[in-house]
Amino acid sequence: MKAKVSGTKKKINGTTFLLMITILLFVVMYAAGMIVFNDKGFAKPQMFLNLFISNAGLLVIAMGETIVMITAGIDISVGSVTALVCMVAANQMENHGASAYTALLMALVIGLLFGLIQGFLVSYLEIQPFIVTLAGMFFGRGMTSIISTDMISIKNATFMAWAKYKIYMPFGSYSKRGKFLPAYIYPTVIIAIIVLIVIMIIMKYTKFGRSVYAIGGNEQSALMMGLNVKKTKMCAYLLDGFLAGLGGFLFCMNSCAGFVEQAKGLEMDAISSAVIGGTLLSGGVGTPFGTLFGVLIKGTISSLITTQGTLSSWWVRIVLSALLCFFIVLQSVFASLKKKN
Amino acid sequence: MSTNKSGWKKLTSMRLFMPLVCLLAIIIVATITIPGFLSISLKNGVPYGYPVDVINRASELVILAVGMTLVTAASGGQDISVGAVMAVAAAVCCQILSGGEVSVNSLSAPIIVAFLAALVASGICGAFNGLLVAKLNIQPMVATLILYTAGRGIAQLITDGQITYIRVKSYQVFGSYAGKFPIPMPVVIAIIVVIIAYAILKKTALGLYIESVGINGTASRLVGLNSTMIKFLTYLICGVLAGVAGFVASSRIYSADANNIGLNLEMDAILAVALGGNALGGGKFSLMGSVIGAYTIQALTTVLYGLNVSADQLPVYKAIVVVVIVVLQSPVFKKFIAVQKEKRTSKAAVKGGAN
Repeated sequence: MKAKVSGTKKKINGTTFLLMITILLFVVMYAAGMIVFNDKGFAKPQMFLNLFISNAGLLVIAMGETIVMITAGIDISVGSVTALVCMVAANQMENHGASAYTALLMALVIGLLFGLIQGFLVSYLEIQPFIVTLAGMFFGRGMTSIISTDMISIKNATFMAWAKYKIYMPFGSYSKRGKFLPAYIYPTVIIAIIVLIVIMIIMKYTKFGRSVYAIGGNEQSALMMGLNVKKTKMCAYLLDGFLAGLGGFLFCMNSCAGFVEQAKGLEMDAISSAVIGGTLLSGGVGTPFGTLFGVLIKGTISSLITTQGTLSSWWVRIVLSALLCFFIVLQSVFASLKKKN
Repeated sequence: MSTNKSGWKKLTSMRLFMPLVCLLAIIIVATITIPGFLSISLKNGVPYGYPVDVINRASELVILAVGMTLVTAASGGQDISVGAVMAVAAAVCCQILSGGEVSVNSLSAPIIVAFLAALVASGICGAFNGLLVAKLNIQPMVATLILYTAGRGIAQLITDGQITYIRVKSYQVFGSYAGKFPIPMPVVIAIIVVIIAYAILKKTALGLYIESVGINGTASRLVGLNSTMIKFLTYLICGVLAGVAGFVASSRIYSADANNIGLNLEMDAILAVALGGNALGGGKFSLMGSVIGAYTIQALTTVLYGLNVSADQLPVYKAIVVVVIVVLQSPVFKKFIAVQKEKRTSKAAVKGGAN
């Protein structure tokens, strides 16, 4: 009995503790924003929902990134894949008369192709994931500029109807004249939350999900246990590619345009969201639920900086990088403490 | 006959054989596709033509490739922040020279002071990367990813979001020609860097230490090498060299453009190391191979420009080259080829036995 208690206690000390820091950080940051920028409407429920609206694509992409990082891999091509997906969707709908459904299909196919090729190179040819996806990153960005170097805005009617369909919430805020303004979300948020729930179930309850954790924890032992390491890794990259394609399309529904410089540094956002959410860079540890808070923290930082108004948008990246650095150092301290025990 | 064959084998097994073959292949392709590729003429007393252009433009890449080779050898990973560190160094340098103004016609500080300040700034960046990688044991690419994204933002903050112009002749010298001297200054700087690096690595035991740390860090520590310190040093050197490259690059365009200095150069530097026959997983390295690799990449870039490929589209071709190289280098692929060869020889042996 006593052993069991100390067992749970140990668990809290490790990864759960990191997740708790993350959740606490989010709450503190958001509460501070509500107090400081109350006059600018930071405390309104809509402001909170905006976090989801502007980061729906990132949330889906970060889910894929989390899975790959749990296998002790990494994918830095997601930003370029997003740019490519947006560009192809915009180009197909505006210049080639494709329907919104075809554009969605093409987005998913592009994501799957990236996942397939990168997954094959990483799992079957055993090349470092960083090199493979670095090449993928440059390839995607270059392909985007081959399609078009100009910005293409999307005017497709079906697409815009999807993107701008407001789903009203039963709560909201009151305007100055006392009129009730219900808070709303876009369909992208619903899709992102469905993806989040599905990935949570996959990682927790399916054979694939548990194999991913086992491989990330110790590849050698996973192999000895009889798990198909190569196939599982391949599936992880394939799923990551699919989610990057889908996330890219959601990102496109938010920006409604395709251009070369789009989503630059999104890979950094996805990786730091996963790391801040408690995913270990060395693999084996991490949850989709934690990544959700990583994404929310990123969203809070950027909305705090945009609400503040005078700081340059570069600060978002710098603050996020500093936060990433802090969490990486924290992880490494925890790892060395564990070793000593 | 047999001596001839073994001579050929000796030649192909030489370390610099493959890099030189790659360079030669690019030059042959270039001569076919671009008319007058190899011709050099004299204009205003300085040599002019594609080969000069390639050698001149490759200077920054050569400097970066030296640092990248050491980092790759010692830690088995790459420093992807070099392009951003170049931008930081250029920003610091130009900001000191201009004294905070956006565009100046006279220097407000001696060039040597600005140069040293740029090296200090890039050295701090390198030390930061080194600390994360060597001391905290973080994968090199994740650690350097932090500066890769934040670096350009920091450079923007230093220049206040503007492009600082230094319209002074004495500063532009480092990116062009010095008086009547017929060799471009970037080339001279690159040669000096390579010679110093080569001398240090060959005359001291540092090169040997770096290789042994890269091959087996734990074993090197057990025989008494300070592997943490050696890894840290390679990142520091890589950062400082990125600063030198940033100085040359900013002198070339006599300004500090935080968004464009060293853009996509990290990819080129990694490619140069891989093309030079160095394993990206660390261990033994060849500095000269990387230098040849850097010139090969620049020749490739020039050829692609000659074929009307725009700067934005270049990464597509380079990414394909990277993937091909790493696939050829991968142990799985090598094993596959070895097995195929064995099958063929055993088949031949069976045939021979039947006869």
